[in-house]
Amino acid sequence: MLENISLSIQGIWNHKLRSLLTMLGIIIGIASIIAIVSTIKGTNEQIKEQLIGAGNNVVTVQLSQSGYPYEMQYNGIPEGVPVLTEEDRIHLAGLEGAQEAALYTERTYVDGLVYAGDIGFSGALRGVDQHYFDVNGYQIYLGRDFTQQDYDRYQKVAILDQNTAESLFAGQNPLGQVLEIDTEPFTVIGVVSLSSSYEPNISNYEEYATFVGFDSGSVYIPSNLWPLVCQYDEPQKVDIQAVTTDDMTSVGKESADYINAKLSVKEDSDLSYSSSDIMERAEQLQQLANATNQQLIWIASISLLVGGIGVMNIMLVTVTERTREIGLKKALGARKGRILWQFLTEAAVLTSLGGVIGVLAGIGMAQIVSRVAGSPTAISGPAILVAVLFSMLIGILFGLMPAVKASNLDPINALRRE
Amino acid sequence: MILELRDICKDYMRGKMVVPVLKDIDLTVSEGEYIAIMGPSGSGKTTLMNLIGCLDRPTSGTRILRGEDLAGMDDNRMADLRNREIGFVFQNAELLPGLSAVENVALPLVYRGIKKTQRREMAKAMLERVGLGDRLEFKPNQLSGGQCQRVAIARAMVGSPSLLLADEPTGALDTQSGQQVMELFRQLNEEGVTIIMITHAPEVACCAKKTYLIRDGQIQIGGQR
Repeated sequence: MLENISLSIQGIWNHKLRSLLTMLGIIIGIASIIAIVSTIKGTNEQIKEQLIGAGNNVVTVQLSQSGYPYEMQYNGIPEGVPVLTEEDRIHLAGLEGAQEAALYTERTYVDGLVYAGDIGFSGALRGVDQHYFDVNGYQIYLGRDFTQQDYDRYQKVAILDQNTAESLFAGQNPLGQVLEIDTEPFTVIGVVSLSSSYEPNISNYEEYATFVGFDSGSVYIPSNLWPLVCQYDEPQKVDIQAVTTDDMTSVGKESADYINAKLSVKEDSDLSYSSSDIMERAEQLQQLANATNQQLIWIASISLLVGGIGVMNIMLVTVTERTREIGLKKALGARKGRILWQFLTEAAVLTSLGGVIGVLAGIGMAQIVSRVAGSPTAISGPAILVAVLFSMLIGILFGLMPAVKASNLDPINALRRE
Repeated sequence: MILELRDICKDYMRGKMVVPVLKDIDLTVSEGEYIAIMGPSGSGKTTLMNLIGCLDRPTSGTRILRGEDLAGMDDNRMADLRNREIGFVFQNAELLPGLSAVENVALPLVYRGIKKTQRREMAKAMLERVGLGDRLEFKPNQLSGGQCQRVAIARAMVGSPSLLLADEPTGALDTQSGQQVMELFRQLNEEGVTIIMITHAPEVACCAKKTYLIRDGQIQIGGQR
C-alpha cells in the first residue's frame, strides 16, 4: 500500500504539468469551499463575540405583543402595564445571578424631535436612570454623569455619546451647548463612550447592523424628564447585567416573570414582558449568514464534480497509455485486484494532493477576502480534514471506472499491442 | 513431468467465422528439457506459447502443469500459477522504464508478497548470476539491448519457476548480444532449468536439445540431439 502510494507520487511527479492540470478542478473546488467555510466561521465567531460580548452580559427585558417588541411611540401606553419603581429595580438587581439593573425608556429612532441649533438629530433618545451607563458599559468621556440632584430638581440636562457629540458639535466643545428636545432646551453636561473592555448590548439585527456599520448615536436625558418630551407613565425597559454569560438566560427569564406577575392586562391583549435571549439571537444571526453561504458551497461543489470528471478522463488516458505495463504485470502474476488498487491509489493520491493544494489555496483566498472585504475569517480544522478526505473520495469514485478497465485488460492483447 | 498438453484446440472468431489456430496439439515437457518451437509467422506458435504460459485458455483439450489441471481455474489462480511456475522472456525485454534493473527483477516477487529487503537480496543475486551485478541501479534506458534482455531473464528466473518461457528472445538483438543470451540459456539449462523457446530462426533453434515444428496449427517433432 505504502509502496503504491510512493509509486503514485513518483508518477505524478513525472508528469508534473499534466497532473497539475488534472488536479486544477479539484484545487479550485476545494479552495472555494475552504474559503467560504472560513468566511462563514469567521463571521459566526464575530457575531458571537459581539452579541455575547466579553464582560458585558446584559439582558434586555421589554414589553412585547404577539412576539414583537411593543412600540410605545406608535401604539401608546398599554392598559394594565405598570411603571416600574426603584423597589422593582432593586429586586431585579438582587435576583440570583444578577449584578445590576437599569430602568429606561427609549425611542430607538427619533427624527425631527432633537435639534442642535439648525442641525437635526436622527438616532436614539433614551430616558435613563443613574445605573444605565454602568450596566451598559459606558464611561464618562467628557464632563459629568447625571447626579441625584439632576433628578431631584428635574434639571434639563443631556448626555451624548461620542458619535453624536462629534456630529452635532463638530469643532466645538459640546459641554454647555444647548439641545432642543421637543422645543425644550437641554444643556449638554457630558459625553459618554464605551469603556474599552465592554461590548455593546445587541439584541436584534438592527442593533447589530448599527454596531458593525452605521451608528446613528444616542442622546440621554434623566428618566424623570421623559414625560416632558414624550409621554407620561411610559412603562420602562430593563437592562439587567448578569454575573456570567451562562446566567443571562435564567436572569432574563426570572426578571420577565417578576414583571409579568405585576401586569393586569386583558387576556386577549397578548402583552407580556420577555427577555431577548442573546444566545438564541446569536444563533439566528449565524443561521442568516450560513444560509447565504451554504448556496455558495453548492456552487463550488459543481467544480468538484467537474474536477472529478477531469480526473476520470486523464485516468482513462493513462490506462490506455500504460496498457503494456498492465499486460506485463499481469503476465508476471499480478492479480486483478492489485492492478485495480494501483490505479485507484493513483487517482486518490492525485485528488488528495489536489485537495491539499486546494486547502492551502483556500486559506490564502480567505486571507485575501478578509483583507479586501474586511470580513473576518477563521480556519476550520474539521473542514480541512473533510475537504482532503472528500477529495480522496472523489479520486476513488471517479478513478473506479478507469481502474476496473485496467484490471480487466487481457494480458495477451495488452502485450501484443505496439 | 512438468507440462502435458493433450488434444489442445484453439479457435478464434474472425467476424462470424470460426478460424482454428491450433488443432489437436499433444506436447509433453519433462524436467530439464530445452525445447525450441519453430514455425513461420501465423502458424500459431504465439498462441501455443500463451496457452503454455497460462495467459490464455484453450477451446478444448487438457493442460496439466506440475500435476495440476488448468481447466476451470479462475483468473486469480491463473495469475498465482504464472507467478509461481512460469518465467517469461519477451522479444522486447518489456522492462518498466521507471524502475531500476534491480526493481524490475524484483517485480514478480512483489506479487508473491515477499518483503522488500528480501526481494532486493534475491533480485541482486539473480542479476549477479546473469553478469549484471554492477548495473543494479541502472534504468532500462541506460542499458544496452542485450543487457536489458539479460535483466528480463533475471526477472523470469528470480522466482525459481518450473518453466522458462521465451518468445523470440534474440529477435530484437544484434548477433553478439544474441549469442550471449543463448549462452546464458545454455548455462541455465545445464543447471537444470527447463526452457521452452519460441523462434523462427533456425540458428537459434539449433541451440535447443529438441525442436518442434508448427505448421498449419499442427505440431511435429523437428529434430533431437
